Amino acid sequence: MTAAAFRALLSHWGRNPLQLFTLLAGLALATGLWSGVQAINAEARASYDAAANSIDEGRYDRLVSRDGGPFAQDIYVSLRRAGWQVSPMVTGDLEGVRLVGLDALTAPGGMGPVSLGGDMDIGAFLMGGVQVFANAATAPRLDGVEVLIADDLADGTAVTDIGTAQDLLGQAGLIDSLLVLPDQPGNLPALAQVAPDLTLQAAQGGTDIAGLTDSFHLNLTAFGLLSFAVGIFIVHGAIGLAFEQRRGMVRTLRALGLPLRHLIGLMLAELLVFALIAGMIGVALGYAIAALLLPDVAATLRGLYGADVSGNLQLRPIWWLSGLGIALAGTLIAGGSALWSIAKMPLLAAAQPRALAMAAGRRARWQLIVALTLLSLSAMLAFTADGLVSGFAMLGALLVGAAFALPPVLNAVLAAASARAKSVTAQWFWADSRQQLPGLSLALMALMLAIAANIGVSTMVSSFRLTFTGFLDQRLASELYVTTENATQTDALITYAATRDIGVLPIQSADIQVAGQPTEVFGTRDHATYRDNWQFLQSTPGAWDATFAGQAVVINEQLARRGDLSLGDMVQVGALTLPVAGVYGDYGNPIGQVVLAEAAFAAEFPQVTARQFGLRVSGDVSDFVADLTGATGIGPGQTIDQAGIKAVSLAIFERTFTVTTALNILTLAVAGFAILMSLLTLAAMRLPQLAPAWAMGMTRAKLGRLELLRAVMLAVLTAVLALPLGLALAWVLLAVVNVAAFGWRLPMYLFPLDYARLGGFALLAAVLAAGWPAWRLARTPPGDLLKVFANER
Amino acid sequence: MTLLTVDTLTKAYATADGPFAVLRGVSLTLDAGESLALTGESGSGKSTLLHLIGGLDNADAGRIILQDQDITQMDDAGRAALRRGTVGVVFQQFNLIPSLKIADNIAFQARLAGRYDADWCAALAERMGLTDQLRKYPEQLSGGQQQRVAIARTLAPRPALVLADEPTGNLDEGTAATVMDMMLELVGETAAGLLMVTHSQTLAGRLQRRLHLRAGQVA
Amino acid sequence: MNAKALILCLLPVTASAQGFAGLGTDVDGFSTPAPDPVFDFPADHGPHPDYRIEWWYLTANLEDAEGTPYGLQWTLFRSALAPYDVEGWQSPQLWMGHAAVTTETNHFVAERLARGGIGQAGVTADPFIAWIDDWALEGDWQDMQMRASGADFGYQMDLTANGPLVFHGQDGYSVKSAAGQASYYYSQPFFDISGILQLPDGDIAVTGSAWLDREWSSQPLAENQTGWDWFSLSFDDGAKLMGFRLQQTDGMNYTSATWITAEGETTPYPDGALQVEPLGLNDADVPVRWQLTLPDRGVDVTVAAINDDAWMATSVPYWEGPVTFAGSHQGRGYLEMTGYE
Repeated sequence: MTAAAFRALLSHWGRNPLQLFTLLAGLALATGLWSGVQAINAEARASYDAAANSIDEGRYDRLVSRDGGPFAQDIYVSLRRAGWQVSPMVTGDLEGVRLVGLDALTAPGGMGPVSLGGDMDIGAFLMGGVQVFANAATAPRLDGVEVLIADDLADGTAVTDIGTAQDLLGQAGLIDSLLVLPDQPGNLPALAQVAPDLTLQAAQGGTDIAGLTDSFHLNLTAFGLLSFAVGIFIVHGAIGLAFEQRRGMVRTLRALGLPLRHLIGLMLAELLVFALIAGMIGVALGYAIAALLLPDVAATLRGLYGADVSGNLQLRPIWWLSGLGIALAGTLIAGGSALWSIAKMPLLAAAQPRALAMAAGRRARWQLIVALTLLSLSAMLAFTADGLVSGFAMLGALLVGAAFALPPVLNAVLAAASARAKSVTAQWFWADSRQQLPGLSLALMALMLAIAANIGVSTMVSSFRLTFTGFLDQRLASELYVTTENATQTDALITYAATRDIGVLPIQSADIQVAGQPTEVFGTRDHATYRDNWQFLQSTPGAWDATFAGQAVVINEQLARRGDLSLGDMVQVGALTLPVAGVYGDYGNPIGQVVLAEAAFAAEFPQVTARQFGLRVSGDVSDFVADLTGATGIGPGQTIDQAGIKAVSLAIFERTFTVTTALNILTLAVAGFAILMSLLTLAAMRLPQLAPAWAMGMTRAKLGRLELLRAVMLAVLTAVLALPLGLALAWVLLAVVNVAAFGWRLPMYLFPLDYARLGGFALLAAVLAAGWPAWRLARTPPGDLLKVFANER
Repeated sequence: MTLLTVDTLTKAYATADGPFAVLRGVSLTLDAGESLALTGESGSGKSTLLHLIGGLDNADAGRIILQDQDITQMDDAGRAALRRGTVGVVFQQFNLIPSLKIADNIAFQARLAGRYDADWCAALAERMGLTDQLRKYPEQLSGGQQQRVAIARTLAPRPALVLADEPTGNLDEGTAATVMDMMLELVGETAAGLLMVTHSQTLAGRLQRRLHLRAGQVA
Repeated sequence: MNAKALILCLLPVTASAQGFAGLGTDVDGFSTPAPDPVFDFPADHGPHPDYRIEWWYLTANLEDAEGTPYGLQWTLFRSALAPYDVEGWQSPQLWMGHAAVTTETNHFVAERLARGGIGQAGVTADPFIAWIDDWALEGDWQDMQMRASGADFGYQMDLTANGPLVFHGQDGYSVKSAAGQASYYYSQPFFDISGILQLPDGDIAVTGSAWLDREWSSQPLAENQTGWDWFSLSFDDGAKLMGFRLQQTDGMNYTSATWITAEGETTPYPDGALQVEPLGLNDADVPVRWQLTLPDRGVDVTVAAINDDAWMATSVPYWEGPVTFAGSHQGRGYLEMTGYE
């Protein structure tokens, strides 16, 4: 019984392969986008974990020398013999790879993700065997050492024994820093007593990176969910249609003696089989998407946050499972109502279109109520949201609410148009469009979400770009940046600059904590460059005067927000306590900044010597560099001209949004696909509606043209409605999510030309999607149209 | 030997104007191998009576004893089992499965009932003149051919009772006569009881007995 | 992989073919103990890098002014990856320190690990000092000082020897198996000890007696020996008994004992003279009550732990704690049990 019934159910798909394709493709696309994004997320997270484990610099307090340079290993031994539980570390550059040397016996995290043991010769590792751990991608970059592959290590990082690292880096007997273990014995002697040259640096960093990267992942996840939602709209449509068309078969099967419960079970099993198949295709698709985008993501994260992410993709079971899980869940969501209506359908009553229409009317009312509720919720959150979670909750409520509101709004617009139509054709066109709306509404919702996401994200990106470019012009005001190697070079530079009457601005900073936030404090020379170029978000009158007089400081927006500091609040920098005179925008920088007068900085941080300088060069920069090299011996490699820095900064920034842009285009494509599939599946059902019009004298070509026109008209309406939604989305991203994630708020700019172009793309998608069905309609054999009258179904 | 006993069966439907009694105490009997025509005006309740005997609907009161079993006491699963194996229904609208080929449609109910007999199905197809159509889909067949498929499908599991609801109502006169001949002949051969609803006096006359319903009662 | 796991790699602890803590591994390149040793002091108080494993192992039975008993342990292990030593990180010598204080209700443990060659840990013979980090045992083997600390405890002790060194087995050549595995093994069991225990509840002044073991070898256990039960007992009349039982995978055991008079005269006992039977297990299935019989000396005593839960949850885990005994004789001592993980 089961086999025969199952075969009968499945035979439907054999006769309607397009429906099957829509169903599987929609589900696979949805799953693919979702699991692709999840894969990228999982991979990136795993990479952070590896990086965090292997280096651990951020997680532990550290002892470093006051001048920041390496110090004698004997100091380490003295500290240990005084009871201090510390572990030595050296780091350095080995042929472009960051080499980290650790002592496995004392390091708090051991060798991080590196596994000593197995077949390796631990004796050789510890006894100077020059064995270095690196992942497979990094290994080829290391020459002259025995590389042991450790896949969990971050890209561009190698780990080895501290003794080996000292040899390779040419700093025998020297230590860069000491990690302070969490558990220390009581009665430790004071650090100043044992190692007066060292200073304690509190743990930091790790949490900052986590916060920033989390926001990026949240961003990706939001887009993954959005894409999945678009896909689910398609699946819902396909399943609904398929079930609708099989109502007759369901009745026959039951009349022939198939128990209802059995039938529901079979249909559920059928759905789950599809979900499984589509889920697997989707996961494979997701893998492809992730593999394509991951290098960009890795570059983005490296550039924006300095987090090292491996560009290689590993197939992790967790997102396999999550992909299949979401496919199943999505199918059940999309198919649940269809199954329910089958279960409730009486055996004998014929399918009653009127009753269905009434049910649809009830559903429309429900949708409107849900839409209004969600939109009010998001409006409410607009005033109260202050974190990432509430920000995204607001986004979700806004998008879903708007999607649900679309059909009733479109219906109202079409009704209004219909009422004003003069010609018979126009009347028929509008009325027919209204009739078609329920079948298309899911696809149109998908289209609207895709357009809105596109508008929102492109507004955010473009606003960011505009702000950022302006910011770079301000902040990189000096024409040339020079790094000196020693005090002699520094003196030579200053002397030479004085002869040419060129302003030299030292760039010097120290890491401190301000209001509990890791912060860089800059010692800044009084110069017109700052007064002319830096723009304050808020400032007191004469902010720069007060700052350069050592009476105040200015801070960046991140510090102001995270440390809850506003103008006039006191900030402690070393022994100084100074009021905040201004807050400046500082984009792309994860941590706080304090700008202090040069003299005050020198008094507070005597150990810091400036080695980097901004030079206000007038005239040709490369000529100046040639003269400088001749006069002082400072090589061109020690100089960077401003244009170079700007280009690098912009390149890093551009990559940041490559991924989101790619996802956006994919989402739009999925929405186009939804329209195409909806129109194709509707085409057959629409014959009975079109046949009378044809019979009464409309040509098939005209019918086809009207079909195309209708799709374009609906797409235009949807795009117009998507515009305010997209702008709202952009506002949430810029003013709520950005502040929560990055610590700065971006001014929002509008880009009407971009929107027009996007609208054009949406129209193109609609035309492409509607073109084929319309063409098919125009070529429908008259016999098929006649059948409508001959054969009452 | 009594195949079917219907005893004072009543059935009412809810309408906007209150309950409407379709059957008001109908009784009848049918012996194995016997054929009975149910005639009556539209709305006289003959289709409803057929649906109740076929287990497609629930009676309000009364009993339907088929092969010593009371259908009115069965649950949904029991009635589904009855429809699979014991009773076969030929509908006016054929109710073929559009996505299955003719051969599969003929075999379908027998397969559902677990009584598939390839030789018997082939014989049915041949007797119904469908041998050349077996690889086609229902939509490629004429109405008369589709109804012959439906009849073959009904007879494939060798039901004890065949119920037919205006089986030729959708067919033209000539076709209807051919289809009816084939059906009566085959039903006669399988020794199944036949209960047929028709408004055609001619058709009713070809069956052994006739029962006329008027306003839900045997006239 | 963390440092603990690394040490586990170096000293495979699983009861495998290598015996407990790798002590049964092959000797490749390392020196092996030979019979009839001639010790050279103070040099032999120092390290012997050409042997694979070596320890300076002190245990003490203490009591405070109220007579409450305490146990104390200070141990420095040396483990060599190769039979030589050099300056710098390339040194193959690895060091591990264990310190513990056992009360009737608590057991405090600390562990330190260090590479040789950089000065973080080591032993010099003259002047004698054994150290790892801030832990140290130093002095001239007559008067000595000792200190150690962990996250939640610490101690400083002074020791005074009031008897001679004693040599186990045949003049310090201690055989560990029927197959002939052996170590060099001598002790100073006659230390008087006093000092301060720093416990979470405050400092406690204590006095008592201590027993310092010195042992080195390259393959002290046979391949089929998986652990040992080691006893150091001080009788109330001043005599002392060192005895151990080596557990074998074949179910047989190998025992050895040294009888030490109050004056420090020794009598070694071969396999079988000392009988050792477990009587009761603690919650972790480690036998913390034992029956010891040495018929030749009329010894038949029941040994019981002062605190059953004296487990050393260190890289190489084992049980080590103070005991008392009663029966034919009375007294107190220390018990060490390995191979019960």
